[in-house]
Amino acid sequence: MNSIFSKRRARLLAMKAMRDNYIPGDQLTVCPKCGQESPRREVAGNLSVCPKCGYHFPIGAYYRLSTILDPGSFRELNGKLPAGDPLAFPGYREKLAAAQRKTGLTEVAVTATGTIGGQKCVVGVLDNRFLMGSMSAAVGEKITLAIEYATKNKLPLILFAASGGARMQEGILSLMQMAKTSAALARFSEKGLLYISVLTDPTTGGVTASFASLGDIILAEPGALIGFAGPRVIRQTIGQELPEGFQTAEFQLEHGFVDAVVPRTQMRDTLERLLRLHGKGGQP
Amino acid sequence: MSALTAAERVAIARHPQRPNITDYIGTLFTDFFECKGDRLCKEAPAILGGVALYHGRPVTVIGTRKGKTLEENLACNFGMPGPEGYRKALRLMKQAEKFRRPIFTFIDTSGAYPGLEAEERGQGEAIARNLLEMSRLTVPVIAVITGEGNSGGALALAVADRVLMLENAVYAILSPEGFASILWKDAQRSGEAAGLMQLTAPDLMRLGVIDGIIPEPDGGAHTAPQAALREVDRTLRRQLAALSKESGPALAAAQYQKFRKMGA
Repeated sequence: MNSIFSKRRARLLAMKAMRDNYIPGDQLTVCPKCGQESPRREVAGNLSVCPKCGYHFPIGAYYRLSTILDPGSFRELNGKLPAGDPLAFPGYREKLAAAQRKTGLTEVAVTATGTIGGQKCVVGVLDNRFLMGSMSAAVGEKITLAIEYATKNKLPLILFAASGGARMQEGILSLMQMAKTSAALARFSEKGLLYISVLTDPTTGGVTASFASLGDIILAEPGALIGFAGPRVIRQTIGQELPEGFQTAEFQLEHGFVDAVVPRTQMRDTLERLLRLHGKGGQP
Repeated sequence: MSALTAAERVAIARHPQRPNITDYIGTLFTDFFECKGDRLCKEAPAILGGVALYHGRPVTVIGTRKGKTLEENLACNFGMPGPEGYRKALRLMKQAEKFRRPIFTFIDTSGAYPGLEAEERGQGEAIARNLLEMSRLTVPVIAVITGEGNSGGALALAVADRVLMLENAVYAILSPEGFASILWKDAQRSGEAAGLMQLTAPDLMRLGVIDGIIPEPDGGAHTAPQAALREVDRTLRRQLAALSKESGPALAAAQYQKFRKMGA
């Protein structure tokens, strides 16, 4: 019985993941960073990382989950939580509907339970294709529910951040999600549980200034833009060009805000190892 | 309350003669001792904080600092703190908790400073840390938005048991100019943005984001500063008396439930 459901779940995630792993090009993919061509299939097989230069193509939430969770272990949490329009902002509902059509997601955040190397955990992923991964009330609520679920069930928590910042159309309620998620993490942390934050391209604004920066362990994908204020705003404020490599994952590593820069191809193994190191006596 | 538009309130909230943190500390508190520095690398003049007496009771006071002249503003970075400002504020809040002192924060900032060094030293981390730590403080925390409260830079001092706003203060995710520029690529449409953003005190009261509104004299606090400050004092006294009856864990639990409901 169990294995039938498990197989069905594995198939479901695989289907959703396929749609999420969009790589441009017909036969050949041109890497936007190094400009070199690679067979599309080769890029897809390499977790959407350019085989020539290591550029990390953007990927969707379900695909991300399929790359780290044990097959068949994925169970979505609060998958039906709807997007909202709390300020009745003109034109916003249409924008949401368009983003939903484009991505097949209901909102930016997807949360789930699953296992990594047999170790159960709660995983949340922000999908940058949906309105630039901006933080809405629904995103804050879903992340908070995931944190509370992990707290209640004493499970480790892994959140993949990717966000352009606040959801303008939800105004102050977007801002309040920063307080809400951070407060939930305080209560999670007091239980002695492990939170791993993974910063992916781009992690900025209110997400950086809340849950993304509060991990016990903070990892980042190579080359990801990570910062509070966006580069354009900083350039305007200080009236000068920004140095090469400013606000990249490697910059954050150098300045002490990230434990390790981990390529996508090593992410699953790294997470498995970290979960094990925080398990009972380091045993799985 | 008068029927001012949101854009008019933004203008009043930014009035250069509006009472600032120095006025609040000078009028509402006695025996103020300023505490400086984040103990990590810097002093941050954009945030002013220290220990004082409030009607004879030791308290910790922290606020963003704006000046009234260009010279004053240059000295305090126009009230835009960097990470060292938020870290100093957190240091003083933890110190307040150690000595069981209530905490007052006064907020008037166009936001956290978007600069090179601020990013190098982790502006995002500093704000995030304040949000987390403030959510579990076990002494009463009362935040007052006195002018502009913009972005995470304001929220980093406003995770409080009571969040109060002056009648003409505004509290938002960012300035109306920034909002218009992001959404419509046109900062000139800031008036229109202000109208849509729901950033006035009555809007935020209705949305459940704040706990109370402090009335201002007609025309704004700058027209009769002493009367405005007396009204703030009356409200703070009442709120502090109410919060002081609660135990520390009860305060933290009630505060969690309050923020938990926002956007749920």
